[in-house]
Amino acid sequence: MSQNVKSEFSKKSSSVVLENITKIFQQPETGKDFVAVNHINLTINDGEMVTLLGPSGCGKTTTLRMISGFEYPTEGKLMIGGRDVAKVPPNKRGISMVFQSYALFPHMNIWENVAYGLRVAKVGKEELIRRTEAALELMQLKGLESRFPNQLSGGQQQRVALARAVIIEPSVLLFDEPLSNLDAKLRESMRDELRALQKRLGITSLYVTHDQSEAMAISDRVVIMKDGNIMQQGSPTEIYEQPNCRFVAQFIGKANFIEGELKGRDGEAALVEVDGSIIAVPRPGAMPGLNIGDKCCIVVRPESVELSEEEGPLSGVVKRATYYGAKIEYEIERNGQSIIVENYNPQLTKRFEEGDLVSMKLISQCLRVLA
Amino acid sequence: METGTVSRGKSAARMAKQNGTKSILRQPVLLVAVILTILLLLLFVVYPLAKVLIFSLTDADGGFSLENLISIITTSRYLKVFGRTMLLGLIVAVLATFIGYIFAYTVTRTNVPMKGFLKLIATLPILSPPFVLSLSVIFLFGKQGLITKGIFGITDNDVYGMLSLIVVQTMSFFPIAYLTLSGILESIDASVEDAACNMGANRWKTFWTVTLPLSLPGIISGALLVFIQSLEDFSNPATIGGSYTTLSIEVYNIITGTYDMRKGSVLAILLLVPALTAFLLNKYWVNKKSFVTVTGKPTQARKMINEPHIKWPLFIFCILVAAVILLFYGTVIYGSFVKTWGVDFSLTLEQYQRALRFGLDSLWTSMILAVISAIIGGLLGMIIAYITAKRNYYGKRFIEVSSVLMFALPGTVLGISYILGFNTPPLLLTGTGLILVIVFVFRNMPVAIESGTTTLLQIDNSIEEASTILGADSGYSFRRITLPLLRNSFFSGIVYSFTKAITAVSAVIFLVSPSWTLITSKIYGLFDLAKFGQAAAFVTMMIVILLVFIGIFNRLIQWLLAPRSRVPSLKSRSEGVK
Repeated sequence: MSQNVKSEFSKKSSSVVLENITKIFQQPETGKDFVAVNHINLTINDGEMVTLLGPSGCGKTTTLRMISGFEYPTEGKLMIGGRDVAKVPPNKRGISMVFQSYALFPHMNIWENVAYGLRVAKVGKEELIRRTEAALELMQLKGLESRFPNQLSGGQQQRVALARAVIIEPSVLLFDEPLSNLDAKLRESMRDELRALQKRLGITSLYVTHDQSEAMAISDRVVIMKDGNIMQQGSPTEIYEQPNCRFVAQFIGKANFIEGELKGRDGEAALVEVDGSIIAVPRPGAMPGLNIGDKCCIVVRPESVELSEEEGPLSGVVKRATYYGAKIEYEIERNGQSIIVENYNPQLTKRFEEGDLVSMKLISQCLRVLA
Repeated sequence: METGTVSRGKSAARMAKQNGTKSILRQPVLLVAVILTILLLLLFVVYPLAKVLIFSLTDADGGFSLENLISIITTSRYLKVFGRTMLLGLIVAVLATFIGYIFAYTVTRTNVPMKGFLKLIATLPILSPPFVLSLSVIFLFGKQGLITKGIFGITDNDVYGMLSLIVVQTMSFFPIAYLTLSGILESIDASVEDAACNMGANRWKTFWTVTLPLSLPGIISGALLVFIQSLEDFSNPATIGGSYTTLSIEVYNIITGTYDMRKGSVLAILLLVPALTAFLLNKYWVNKKSFVTVTGKPTQARKMINEPHIKWPLFIFCILVAAVILLFYGTVIYGSFVKTWGVDFSLTLEQYQRALRFGLDSLWTSMILAVISAIIGGLLGMIIAYITAKRNYYGKRFIEVSSVLMFALPGTVLGISYILGFNTPPLLLTGTGLILVIVFVFRNMPVAIESGTTTLLQIDNSIEEASTILGADSGYSFRRITLPLLRNSFFSGIVYSFTKAITAVSAVIFLVSPSWTLITSKIYGLFDLAKFGQAAAFVTMMIVILLVFIGIFNRLIQWLLAPRSRVPSLKSRSEGVK
């Protein structure tokens, strides 16, 4: 089945290569250029699902639109399947896109919406019917063929948009925040469905989102962007466990930064002095640009802290305790700095109240050191 | 702070314009459409208008001269005509807006009976052929008038003049004010008025402190629109104005009587300036002042006024106006079936027989030209809406402004500009049917453009992008996505264009020729011959034609717009799978 489906919808799947891609919007009035995307290099391998993640205005949507052809790069080389597409208009790129608003054609029924790309390509009637039926079946849209988009639920509309996008056997499939219009529960199930489909079809995909948990759940590789630059790219695990800068650490999940000074190395471990005492970090990460004697910080995830009443080197006062059911989130004040601590399974551990004096024990395996 | 946002907005707009220009350059079909549209507008809007301006400011040798202008504005006769035109416009604007407001308020705020009927009455005169009301005034109050002679025995009543003009124009144009005002009144959030009531204001107080101030932009807008209509009106002053000559009549008399095109041009400019001023005032000032905000949230249903002392006086007023309108229309229809009005009231079809012998060919000409121009205008209107609504590029503003300009021009000015522009080779079009089609297309297109633009702005950009990314070029996307979504606007544009074309008088009165005579100019001729019965027959036929056309078209639209499933039948599907 899997083999079958793949051959049906993604025969032409191919890689995407961005070399030194820059997009500059000109502002003639001020004479200033606005650099939306700044010399980025990115490769999406054949069959891979890559997510562009970043705050709004980071250039992720501009990047997506350059790949789709709705924007043209100011500089750089853009290759799809080994072909330079700099001068190829969007309708000739052989790629497909799922829009944030779904962009279903309101005057066509579901069948016609799905079949649209084949009609454009003037596919013969028999093949048209066969492939449309297959796409409808794939997306579990059987029985809804003669409805119109406004007669469907959000999730169903999303499925139609997907069916319409994959039917033309695109070499690349682009997703422009496709789940942001769905409510939270549906978003999660559609997210998993979408990922399963992408894996099954093996279509090279680029997914744009500002939702970090969505990015983590769906991608082979996550690309974090900020101000037109790529900050870091890697698997979800790498991004979370080996952030290369404070921005990434903070953007993916939550992070506390405990300021200190890099005193030395002990084998793999880094020795960081914090308020006069040395903390040994056994797996500090690559520590890019850090030399002995430099100011640095220890990256502490909220779940990597254990609280206790016993005296310890790192102590603070509970400013806030918020109960979420699965966890309690504490805000601990220490030397004027707030540290967020998450305590899972609150039924098993001691609970603290606002005003309690606590000491924090850092789980040293989970700490990283950054500049 | 404010200047900062403005300048940022501006530069963003310019950025968008540059990008837009580039993207247009990349799409050959679109580029051709833009260039062709600009050329058409230059040729058929800008060029003839420029010609009038130049003509009015030059002497016989072609040199610059203000002589014509000065000689006209220092001639007391023309000053008087100008003053009369303005005065009439003002009076009619006030009266028509007043009646329109009462109709709009009654329909939107009270729960009087027969609302459907009142709405119909208040929109009917817009679709009406010209001459109906002046004809019935003659039938009712003229020398053979049913009321003047029949009831009061007056046989020498001079029905022609200012009073009749005021009555006829007010009745003709109050629907314009009504439509504007009912839109505004409808969109005032019910909760605002409820809030006033809640704070202890009675109905009267609420009206004066909330409803009226909020509808003020609509009142000004309605009055300006009526004022423009009154200025450019030709058919009513020509038939019932008598010695009360207005500017459009003066222009007509000069051009058809003395062929003095220079004088005609200057007078046309005198007519153009106030009309254009009122138009621009309405478009750019009043519309910006509008307080109404459309939130899109469903607001609570308005509670209709039920107090007898408010609703019944309003109702009686509306019914009286309606009765007058029905009386006028009924009189004309009756008049078309009568042997000799005022003398022999025996019923006969004689008027129709004579009328058809006299002008059946013009009736056909009118209908055919109207259909052709409506279809061309509808299509061109959609194309212009398409190339202007969502894109920004150099030249777009020109397309927008010049395409709307024709709408603002008084018909007489348009007529004279086309004579001047197209009476010499290689642009020799006067005397042809083509020139009539062109006038109709460009004059009536703005409504289609407006409606198309509104529709397009509601369509999300990504719908077109979705079509593009699935492989369609801009032509295919236009045919399969945009055009179908525009169908509604397209057809309403066609209905409007057709109606306006078949009822047009002022713009075409100079442009008709012996081989291309329109029915309206034939009817006008019948007035000169005092053959009012035949005129009534023609007008009645036009009413029927318009009703039938609009009826058929509405059916057609409903049929065409009904969503149809294009899912292949089960049989062919199962065959396909095999």
